[in-house]
Amino acid sequence: MTAHTKGSGTTWVGRSIRRVEDPALVTGQGRFTADLPAVHWVRFVRSSVAAGAIQSINAPDGAGIVTATDLKALKPIRPMLSKFNYVAVGQPILADGVVRFTGEAIAAVYAPGKDQAEDLADQVEVEISETTALIDSMDALADGAPLVHDEAKGNVIVEGRIKTPGFDDVWTTAHKVLRVDGRSRRQNATPMEARAGHAAYDASTGRVTLTCTTQMPHLTRTAVCDIIGMPESDLRVIAPDVGGGFGQKMSLAPEYVLLVWLARKLRSSVAWTEDRRENLIASFHSRDQHVELEGAFDANGRLLALSADIVANVGAYSCFPTTCGVEPLMALAELPGPYDVRAYHCLSRGVLTHTCPMAPYRGVSRPVITFVLERLMDKAAAAFGIEPTEIRRRNLIDKFPYTSATGLVFDDGSYKETMEMAVSAIDLPAFRKRQQTARDKGRYLGIGFATFSERTGYGSPAFAARGMAISPGFETVHLTIDPSGFVEARIGASPHGQGLRTSLAQIIADEIGIDPEFIKVVHGDTDRSPYGWGTFASRSLVLSGGASLLAAQKIRAKLVKMASHMLEAAPEDITLKSGSAHVVGTDRSITIASMARAAYHQAHIFKGEIEPGMTEIGSYDPSGTFSNACHVAIVEVDIDTGRVEVEKFLVAEDAGLIINPMIADGQVHGGVAQGIGNALLEEIIYDETGNILSSTLADFLPPTAREIPEIEMHHIETLTGNSITKAKGLGEGGAIGAPAAVISAINDALSSFGVSIDEMPATPQRIRAALRSSGKLT
Amino acid sequence: MSDKTNIILNINGRDHAISVESRRTLADAIREECGQTGTHIGCEHGVCGACTVLVNGEPVRSCLMFAQQAAGKPIRTVEGLAKGDEMHPMQRAFMENHGLQCGFCTPGFLMLAVGVLEREPEISDENLIDVLSSNLCRCTGYQNIIKAVRAAAIEMRQS
Ligand code: FES
Ligand code: FES
Repeated sequence: MTAHTKGSGTTWVGRSIRRVEDPALVTGQGRFTADLPAVHWVRFVRSSVAAGAIQSINAPDGAGIVTATDLKALKPIRPMLSKFNYVAVGQPILADGVVRFTGEAIAAVYAPGKDQAEDLADQVEVEISETTALIDSMDALADGAPLVHDEAKGNVIVEGRIKTPGFDDVWTTAHKVLRVDGRSRRQNATPMEARAGHAAYDASTGRVTLTCTTQMPHLTRTAVCDIIGMPESDLRVIAPDVGGGFGQKMSLAPEYVLLVWLARKLRSSVAWTEDRRENLIASFHSRDQHVELEGAFDANGRLLALSADIVANVGAYSCFPTTCGVEPLMALAELPGPYDVRAYHCLSRGVLTHTCPMAPYRGVSRPVITFVLERLMDKAAAAFGIEPTEIRRRNLIDKFPYTSATGLVFDDGSYKETMEMAVSAIDLPAFRKRQQTARDKGRYLGIGFATFSERTGYGSPAFAARGMAISPGFETVHLTIDPSGFVEARIGASPHGQGLRTSLAQIIADEIGIDPEFIKVVHGDTDRSPYGWGTFASRSLVLSGGASLLAAQKIRAKLVKMASHMLEAAPEDITLKSGSAHVVGTDRSITIASMARAAYHQAHIFKGEIEPGMTEIGSYDPSGTFSNACHVAIVEVDIDTGRVEVEKFLVAEDAGLIINPMIADGQVHGGVAQGIGNALLEEIIYDETGNILSSTLADFLPPTAREIPEIEMHHIETLTGNSITKAKGLGEGGAIGAPAAVISAINDALSSFGVSIDEMPATPQRIRAALRSSGKLT
Repeated sequence: MSDKTNIILNINGRDHAISVESRRTLADAIREECGQTGTHIGCEHGVCGACTVLVNGEPVRSCLMFAQQAAGKPIRTVEGLAKGDEMHPMQRAFMENHGLQCGFCTPGFLMLAVGVLEREPEISDENLIDVLSSNLCRCTGYQNIIKAVRAAAIEMRQS
């Protein structure tokens, strides 16, 4: 019998144990979608223009080609919202008559090798008569603009408005009104593994297995089957190792539908690996928003009211399942952020253009609204002649639970405390001195603070509030002890680099008194894992962790009952630790492994009082929680070149109970790096005709080790009642705060020039343009 | 484009006799003809470094080299780093310092770092960051990768 113990004695939760995910990944044994061999390779023929009518498609004789004509029986991708004046536009799997963005797939060709498929795609001739392309959302909103979809009048696809009662009265009492015109340019999540899919038909069962780079395998199965019109039981979706997702792999790729359809048609296996150019021009984009924000303050710098007009350029179609409402509606609900403000007016619109569709990207909207709101706070600090930290101190929420002006309920957090922690760790007075000394020598240093809340771990009610036809939410875990005494947790969530298997094993290990190494977490396979929503929105640890805990509590109860029976002791006297059940105060014990064996092979000894087998199910669907943090950036701006160097980055954050500190810090580091990239470097650039000028990694610039400084981490652990494991989510926070902190720091550095950089990314060109406009450059 | 040449790729000490078109990249040949899928492809245009392998001991981007150019030269990939069950110090250091998350960029970083440290064991911290900035990672924020490589450098110097 296996002895399941190393006699640790302490809890597993809270320890930086090494990740079980790692050995395979560092030895080249990881299994990614593109590693699978296939009989046919698929290559997509994509539109080279942003808008137009397809006149003809001509392929070389004998080529395997699929066009919209072949797909008449397939439904378009048409995600639904029942609120916010949402117009349900549809996206055909392949462009049907018209193209609406550069990169839209027009045809798919297939051949026995990747290279042959590429050659073939190059030989397909597509004739398109170009029509006027709308690239900028402001042009799309202009009177008389052509329509991207006839159904969406004025090109507005979703529109939310909130005005709290008495808003106008509050506004008129203001001592000072300040304004920010914020702009976040279009970006791309850029996972290092681009998207890929592989669909294999099994002649013996008629089933297809779709292996693909998805963050939500179960919903991918539902969507593909709905569109094709096939039973879900005929499709198995596997998310193998996935090389980062960051939201981009959460939305349904139309390409996967095509692959499944084609595998069934050819009764064979077909594969597609996206190249980087496709990923940059035709996978999902994000962030593209204009935010006009005004804040009304009283004479003491207290924020009385916020008024915002938000325009999100959502591209040509609506992504499944969240819809393109995800950015504008998140902004609408969460703009007031961590500040106590009672009066709020906001109009938030999603506008269609002839550009690549927008989808969630790490942080979803909050990187943008945090940046704009924090700019407002900095402008207020300057207007009132106080430190940026002082204006925040006067306005941050500090009583819980707090119901926001938009009706969100904030559970216990530490908005002020994390900021004070950051201020003292960074030694603000010392920095101000150093800044002055540097300035005297013509060097421009600046510091920027960003305080924010990160709504995490919300279940189905939060999505239902948006009126989504499909409301993602609960997570389920099937927890089994097998006859050998090993534990298997099958989860609905589907991680892609977050180390979730390790963290969940820690939670389960503590509950049932077993070492994590005896626990296997299985995910990413619809044949083996229970229906679940996947991994996105900083939710997995909260929801899957909660469901794991609930399932483990049930297994624990069962083990105690069995031990009490087998050891002839009262259940209250049984403890589970180090792989065994012990009778307190005696040396009597029995291993969990022998109990497991008995559960399967000696069921009769329990005389029908204990159910045979060892599987329990936990499901968790919480209302959600809020993590919070204060990010601090110190930068130096070279005013001659506009180059920004991030000298130091500090994070003081509160994500509730930390399950694995090493993994938690790693999540924050990665988010911060993406946020710094968002603030300074990354931009998808269209020319006015809709041609993309940033289609390689030499043009679209994720940061390298040179641009990311060491990140100093501080933690507060506020234990919330809103998460049964006490863990709040933290996947997105790094990306939410960093852009605001960096842009604030740049503006602080340039304060003597009287300019305001309110646009992301703050590229050298933009900084130089602002400096030149100040007229103060010598 | 279908004229193929027979070449031998020596990967991790083992010869693979393959037949490739002259346009076949080393990355594709390693992955598809030789079945060593540990080497990853992130951009195919020489920027991300995910495809880094060692050819003649030097880190190269296998997406920028033709398979035929590597014929007959010793090639090392991530699959050849561990000796049997014993991992290379660099692999251990990445696990101990949480130098990876999704693991997609990891083979490229491992080969880059091993190649550079074998050539220049005493490399300065400053130069090390310069070298590591030639590969992209989207998950880790680099800090733990740098930590891992420094830790491995100490161990590699000692052994
Ligand atoms: S795949 Fe070779 S450098 Fe990116
Ligand atoms: S670990 Fe995911 S890209 Fe580096």
